Amino acid sequence: MQSIDLIAMLPELVLLTVACLLLMTVFMNEPQASDEDIFYAPRGTELAYKISLALLLGLSFAFGLQAVDQPVHAFNNLFVVDALSSILKSVACLAVFVTLVYSKQYLIDRGLFRVDFIVLTLLALMGQCVMISGSNLLTLYLGLELLALPTYALVAMKRDSALGTEAAMKYFILGALASGFLLYGMSMLYGATGSLDLDEILKAVGDQRINRLVLAFAVVFIVSGLAFKLGVAPFHMWVPDVYQGAPTAVTLMIAGAPKVAAFALLFRLLVGGLLPLTQDWQPMIMILAVMSLVIGNLTAIAQTNLKRMLAYSTISHMGFMILGMLSIFDEHAYSAALFYAVTYVLTTLGSFGLLMILSRKGYECETLDDLKGLNRRHPWMAFIGLILMFSLAGIPPTVGFAAKLSILEALIDSEHLYLAIIAVMASLVGAFYYLRVVKCMYFDEPIQTAPIEGGLVVKTIFTLNGLFVLLCGIFPATLMALCLSAMSTTLLS
Amino acid sequence: MILSYSIWLPIIFGLIILFTGSDNSKGYVRIMALIASLISFAATLPLVTGFDTSTAAMQFVEQVSWVPRYDINYFLGVDGISMWFVVLTAFITVIVVVAAWEVITVNVSQYMAAFLILSGLMIGVFSSLDGLLFYVFFEATLIPMYIIIGVWGGPNRVYAAFKFFLYTLLGSLLTLVAILYLYNVTDTFNILTWHKAKLDIVEQVLIFGAFFMAFAVKVPMWPVHTWLPDAHVEAPTGGSVVLAAIMLKLGAYGFLRFSLPIAPDASQYLAPAVIALSLVAVIYIGLVALVQADMKKLVAYSSIAHMGFVTLGFFIFNPMGVEGAIVQMISHGFISAAMFLSIGVLYDRMHSRQIADYGGVVNTMPKFTAFAVLFAMANCGLPATSGFVGEFMVILAAVDYDFLIGILAATALILGAAYSLWMTKRVFFGDVGNQHVAELTDINAREFLIMSVLAIFTIGMGVYPKPFTDVMHVSVIELLKHVAVSKL
Repeated sequence: MQSIDLIAMLPELVLLTVACLLLMTVFMNEPQASDEDIFYAPRGTELAYKISLALLLGLSFAFGLQAVDQPVHAFNNLFVVDALSSILKSVACLAVFVTLVYSKQYLIDRGLFRVDFIVLTLLALMGQCVMISGSNLLTLYLGLELLALPTYALVAMKRDSALGTEAAMKYFILGALASGFLLYGMSMLYGATGSLDLDEILKAVGDQRINRLVLAFAVVFIVSGLAFKLGVAPFHMWVPDVYQGAPTAVTLMIAGAPKVAAFALLFRLLVGGLLPLTQDWQPMIMILAVMSLVIGNLTAIAQTNLKRMLAYSTISHMGFMILGMLSIFDEHAYSAALFYAVTYVLTTLGSFGLLMILSRKGYECETLDDLKGLNRRHPWMAFIGLILMFSLAGIPPTVGFAAKLSILEALIDSEHLYLAIIAVMASLVGAFYYLRVVKCMYFDEPIQTAPIEGGLVVKTIFTLNGLFVLLCGIFPATLMALCLSAMSTTLLS
Repeated sequence: MILSYSIWLPIIFGLIILFTGSDNSKGYVRIMALIASLISFAATLPLVTGFDTSTAAMQFVEQVSWVPRYDINYFLGVDGISMWFVVLTAFITVIVVVAAWEVITVNVSQYMAAFLILSGLMIGVFSSLDGLLFYVFFEATLIPMYIIIGVWGGPNRVYAAFKFFLYTLLGSLLTLVAILYLYNVTDTFNILTWHKAKLDIVEQVLIFGAFFMAFAVKVPMWPVHTWLPDAHVEAPTGGSVVLAAIMLKLGAYGFLRFSLPIAPDASQYLAPAVIALSLVAVIYIGLVALVQADMKKLVAYSSIAHMGFVTLGFFIFNPMGVEGAIVQMISHGFISAAMFLSIGVLYDRMHSRQIADYGGVVNTMPKFTAFAVLFAMANCGLPATSGFVGEFMVILAAVDYDFLIGILAATALILGAAYSLWMTKRVFFGDVGNQHVAELTDINAREFLIMSVLAIFTIGMGVYPKPFTDVMHVSVIELLKHVAVSKL
């Protein structure tokens, strides 16, 4: 081990250290901490929360500055730091930061504002960072599990909620199954190529002497596992239940940052390792994408629960995103998918943030009725909600349109004209249920009349979130160029 | 910079009003909106004074790189075809703001802001020379209109707003695919380059079809017109005015800017079909208008019939036909606005749009009736009103193209007279229909002002249309020359 290895991993190490320190120190100093509820530490939690926020913001900057022209391979190429990883990690940290800001009051009201919540969140983020930087099958799998295990616990955090327990159970079983799929595929890949290193695998699968049948099986299992983790149809069954059952703060933990990590996993495995097998995995991705677009959008229409609706909307958006993987080694197409993933996460943060801000003690804002008349109650919040919904629907001038545009351009460029037409027709269907949310906010009379709580900080972040979605739609050039340059430098190596 | 000012001034003012106004400061909002709309209108006037009528080239051009990654440019410019629509849009916005003065009492700031933003976006559509910029503006107009119909609309407003949005989106999404396809072929979003792009007939027909989906829905042409009566009936008066006066023209304008020059062979090849659809709109929709019991619906159907004239004029590829169609578009902008405002005046007092609820309005509202009858006459194409000029030019061109088509198109004049005059008779003349009509008060100074401005333009354009036709003449000739050359 050399010092350069440690420097490449420094931000992650800081993250891990802080998470462990928080876990050990904070509640030890807490006089009220009792054996029954060891994690209950009101004073320390506040401190831990503030430290975490500062850490996340700092890490987001640190990762952003980490952008390098030449990828750094650390620990014998177990761990890679490149332009792609720096942008994705930066977004992931930012997403967790925003999530924590939105969820504070929500968690306090539900008695979930505890040290263990924060520590689990940080550990999940650690998993995402490892996953994003993994350039070895083992690192990728390790990162994935490090993300998954704290998330299972987070979903089950509200112990007395039947819905939450059911969601956690489902998530755990299906998630374990998916991990099993992925691991099985990876082991076959290892058997066929004799290496766990993605660069070695890339070289090996190009070799004609390798048994194609084993490779084909490996690809099937890996793609299925990935599909589970991304939540694309027909492996999407867990998504609506988990989104609905988990406390909204946790839903956002699942719906936000992990999506960029999942994109990294997809990209590293399929492009970084299995590029010569595009004929094998692209048809599968195509079917997964089309099914997600159709099932996600059609089923979302029938939902009255917003969290469930957004879950189906996620399925369709993930389908849209993976359409960008259908080009053969084209940094433009991959950067379109990257752009889509990043902007989707930012929009999702806002939509769930709105739900959390509107919730209060003893009242969950989660059905369409709860949003009725928001324009009367709080015009500014309704306006931001409007921007977010139109962005999800992909209507200009929001960023959702820019994202859809870049994916469609990539599809037409790679001569998948009919897929482009299917995709736009699916977004037409999708527009309906986003419009319905806007309808509830603007056209209907309020049912709830209680004043809207939420501190200044939360509202400011929410506003910035919404304005970013709008401004990034009007001026998408910078972010697009960033994604493109990240993708080009990554692909070049 | 004139075009940028025309686009962004109303949008920025709209945002300012949205964020600073509330229902506690209605007076401020109204004054502010009036000032904003007047400034925005004034900003477009240099286009008229500075326009060079001797060239078909784009004028007032601005070009700034917007998204270098896809070579998308913020590329603006107007020619003789689009110039008047920019001015018309800003003008109609002033009318809408004044018309809403006392009528809109809830969410006033949002109402005014929506119309100002919408105005800027529509001017953006008319002046974009970059395909994607056009698309962004074209689709962004849906958002304010959706809100306008849904928030301030009638009882069935939710249905109408959804139908409006989804119908239009259906068409425009296919257009997006076509725009991206053209980008893929030509490596640019520059519309002027697209005009010169070589395309084979299959590509042309498909591209024409995709654009046709968007523009035919927007115009609207039979049989994809069904969203319009719903939208018109449910929208507030201002919404109907903008919808009829400007939004429908976005589609018609799209034909001239995209379909004809980009796919000239497909346009020639498919012209008989489009002409047939236009004639159906003119005759069948005219008959439908005749049987309407709701005044707004009647005027909505009459709009569809008049827009049928416009598409007919485009697709006979004759300078007089195309010019007549554009004149018809501008004139319909004034007349339909006036018609919907007249209905609004009655609705504000009686809260009914049913023809049967009225009768003998002339006895209690003589001044108003004078205006309303004038506009009804203009709507059916009375000579010396603007309605006559466009229809006459299109009919002349149609007769020149094919005598039978000319005859069929000319029946529109009869049908138009029938439904307009019959409605006028039932609403305005005869004995006082009921107690409510007897209690009506005549229009106030504000309403008088709007009506007279529109009346002046309607008659002025009818008597002396030369300033309008002069501006478009060279551009239309150039366009038709371009369309006559095959790309194959």
